[in-house]
Amino acid sequence: MIPTSWYLFVAAALFCLGLYGVLARKNAIAILMGVELMLNAVNINLIVFWRYWGAKEVAGPAFVIIVLAAAAAEVAVGLALIISAYRRRHTIAADEIDALKG
Amino acid sequence: MNFLQVVFILTSAVTLGAAVMVVTSHRMIRAALWLVLALFGVAILFALLQAGFFAVVQVVVYIGAIAILVIFAVMLTRHAMQDEGAQVNRGWWAAVLVALGTFAGLAFLLLNWAGIGSSLGELSADEARKLIPQMGQALVSADAYVLPFEVASVLLLAALIGAIYIAREKNPQV
Amino acid sequence: MTVEWFRDPVNFITNWLNQFLLGWGLPAGVVAFLMNLIGAGLVATGAMLFCILLIWYERKLYGRIQDRLGPNRVGPWGIFQPFADMLKIFAKEYITPRGADVIPYNLAPILAVAAVLLIWAVIPFYNGAAGANLNTGALYIIAVGGLGELAIILAGIASNNKYALLGGFRAIALLLSYEVPMVLALLVPVLLARSMGMNDIVQAQGDVWYIVMAPIAAFIFFLTSVAEVGRAPFDIIEAESEIVAGFNIEYSGLKFGMFYVGEFLHAFTVSVLFAILFLGGWRGPFVDQVPVLGAVWLLVKTGVTYFLIILLRGSMPRYRTDQTMSLAWKILTPLALAVLVLTAILDKALVGSSDLVRGLALVGMNLVVWFIASRLSQASYRRSHPVEPPIGHAPVINPLVDEIGGVLE
Repeated sequence: MIPTSWYLFVAAALFCLGLYGVLARKNAIAILMGVELMLNAVNINLIVFWRYWGAKEVAGPAFVIIVLAAAAAEVAVGLALIISAYRRRHTIAADEIDALKG
Repeated sequence: MNFLQVVFILTSAVTLGAAVMVVTSHRMIRAALWLVLALFGVAILFALLQAGFFAVVQVVVYIGAIAILVIFAVMLTRHAMQDEGAQVNRGWWAAVLVALGTFAGLAFLLLNWAGIGSSLGELSADEARKLIPQMGQALVSADAYVLPFEVASVLLLAALIGAIYIAREKNPQV
Repeated sequence: MTVEWFRDPVNFITNWLNQFLLGWGLPAGVVAFLMNLIGAGLVATGAMLFCILLIWYERKLYGRIQDRLGPNRVGPWGIFQPFADMLKIFAKEYITPRGADVIPYNLAPILAVAAVLLIWAVIPFYNGAAGANLNTGALYIIAVGGLGELAIILAGIASNNKYALLGGFRAIALLLSYEVPMVLALLVPVLLARSMGMNDIVQAQGDVWYIVMAPIAAFIFFLTSVAEVGRAPFDIIEAESEIVAGFNIEYSGLKFGMFYVGEFLHAFTVSVLFAILFLGGWRGPFVDQVPVLGAVWLLVKTGVTYFLIILLRGSMPRYRTDQTMSLAWKILTPLALAVLVLTAILDKALVGSSDLVRGLALVGMNLVVWFIASRLSQASYRRSHPVEPPIGHAPVINPLVDEIGGVLE
């Protein structure tokens, strides 16, 4: 049997790695990849707690489906925005897209 | 240390290693490929948790669609940023501190939780099979989760329309 | 004893091997692992060896369709031709282009073949003889199809070649577009069988095959599977990109051989899937008494489907890229959505009636949807391709465009 704490620590570590990626990277696509890692960590947590409570409450898996759908939608729109910004300003460094003009 | 524990340790090592490479890699295409490996590792973790449906859905949605989309975007914008030079912005040390602090906080919370010493029991095959019908019923029954389900579909519709509009060429002959 | 192995060989051999290995004193977990390993190795090796026969069959049939003989030099009826091809491909030199990303470049052909072989894990050869009886078998097939797509984009990117990159983009556009109607059409037998497991779907086709109850879904699944493999008439993946070979331009030797074999095997695999989902799989006469006969019936049905796929390749010209996209998004996806929704509504509404009433209602609904869809698409085609009358004659009056024309603009 695998202890619950192992899963939860792995999920926490994944979340913090994603957080570092979001905060520290310049490339906008790299920031999106960090967000994906965080969402995956959240999914792992939800499933672990569903199993911890004996796999009776189905709220965990239902929520995971919603998170998965929201993550897919967010990546699609985010990448469309990044490519559109790239066409205008020819840069995707997050700290160079800082003017609302244009 | 039984077989499943060994598999878990290997899988989580691969997942976390790939995640580290995602957030520190200089070349974006390498980072995208490491992301694919990390997502696959998470799918294996779902399978270890006996949520086989989610392992398969993770591969279909994340690896089969999202990761390919990310690779596309990386290829389309690969002349935007040179892959040499600093890939992190000026406040990266603060980001390290925040990440470490978050992990410390989460670890503290977990260690003070009552169920920290527990072990996840095995699900019987029948119980594991009941997940999909139960979840399907929960997502469409009025006293369960039909409202988040419908809101998620509206969100997907909005994302679809928004992405088409943003990515469209200007002056179209619609 | 002899009757038992004759009827159900896989389970008999499994039990015997189990007892044998346990008798050696190995723990039960190791025995289970070894059995799974042996089974996986046998299925994968068998599939790859069967591919040799498939290559010969395809080349002969394709040649006959084109009014020529096909290979006939190497052995009687050219039956050793695939071996000659194999020897040639093994002997070629691997040339890795300069600047290519080494790990994705080498990983791509392996992943392409692995994605096809992984599908064979869930295929039931006869009742109860599947490699892994997953209860999410249908979704698993879509998942490993996604791994195959990843292999193509990796090949395109890692080759450090603009043609490969463009070919890879085009291939992914095609594959992702056709995945949507394929999943929707795949959901119709899942809906009718109340389960995603492959063996359950075959068992639910006891009275009537699903090709009768859901013909439009079968047609859409057939067409989109042919597109997913990248066969004609959808072979813009490999025959286009301006004559050069698209994403596998920088591959030579066995790496190219793996893409080649992977494509043939994928075509056969989608034939097997079509036979399982819509043609009743291992069902046929006498399967209750002699279960092994199920494998024979499956092979017959797969052969018929594969014959159809080769016929399609030999007789139709290639679609342009914009025509394929238009077909997928404007015709197949709305049709698949309509069929899925109407099948669900009818199935739920008639849940109390007898099977005959349900079957007839579903067939009738499919015919009505087909009729409406064909009229709409004809009207759209005639509207966008107006016919010029010959000089001196009256202008062409097209009642179809006039009656439905307003709907489409």
